[in-house]
Amino acid sequence: MSLAKPAMRGLLGKRLRFHLPIAFALSVVAAAAFKYGVTEPRKQAYADFYKQYDATKEFNNMREAGIFESVRPTGK
Amino acid sequence: MSQPMYLDRLDTPLPDRPWKDVLDSTDKSLKQKEKGPWTALSKEEKIALYRLKFNHTYPEMKRPSHEWKTVIGGMFIVFGITGLVVFWQCHYVYPPQPHTFGEEWQAKQIQRMLDMRINPITGFSAQWDYKNKQWK
Repeated sequence: MSLAKPAMRGLLGKRLRFHLPIAFALSVVAAAAFKYGVTEPRKQAYADFYKQYDATKEFNNMREAGIFESVRPTGK
Repeated sequence: MSQPMYLDRLDTPLPDRPWKDVLDSTDKSLKQKEKGPWTALSKEEKIALYRLKFNHTYPEMKRPSHEWKTVIGGMFIVFGITGLVVFWQCHYVYPPQPHTFGEEWQAKQIQRMLDMRINPITGFSAQWDYKNKQWK
């Protein structure tokens, strides 16, 4: 039987040529997925929260609940 | 270890010594025939020479075994014993739980966290409906 001579050289180059584009593409996909799955919704949530935020009202609510030590609830 | 050893190993194809060291007369005559041209050897003789030199072929070395069943079984037995030990420990070793673990304390804690508006945008207090006083 006469088998073909196996590849003796260029093994690393062949592996890199195959795997590097895939690795690059998958990294880009992972970054894009994180950006549009996590960071964009988070930024939107913060924007929506502060659109309707009344700091004084929230402060007074917290004061009435009695969590502050510097200002007691009104009526004490 | 300092003597030449025979080892069936996948990564060492040619061990230090052949499988059969002590050859009887038929083996000796076969070895003599091996010194001549190999085309004169029949198929059975070639296989016999192989078996003199090696114990297992590569497929025989790679044959699957039933060892995994023993491993998994032993693993589960150890899990069971560990479970019993943990159960005994929970009963006899652990001190009483801190008072902060009680139902009332936990409820007061949650109420205080909501009052303080912990994580009001994406986290804890964001899940609470302050108007209707219930979880969203």
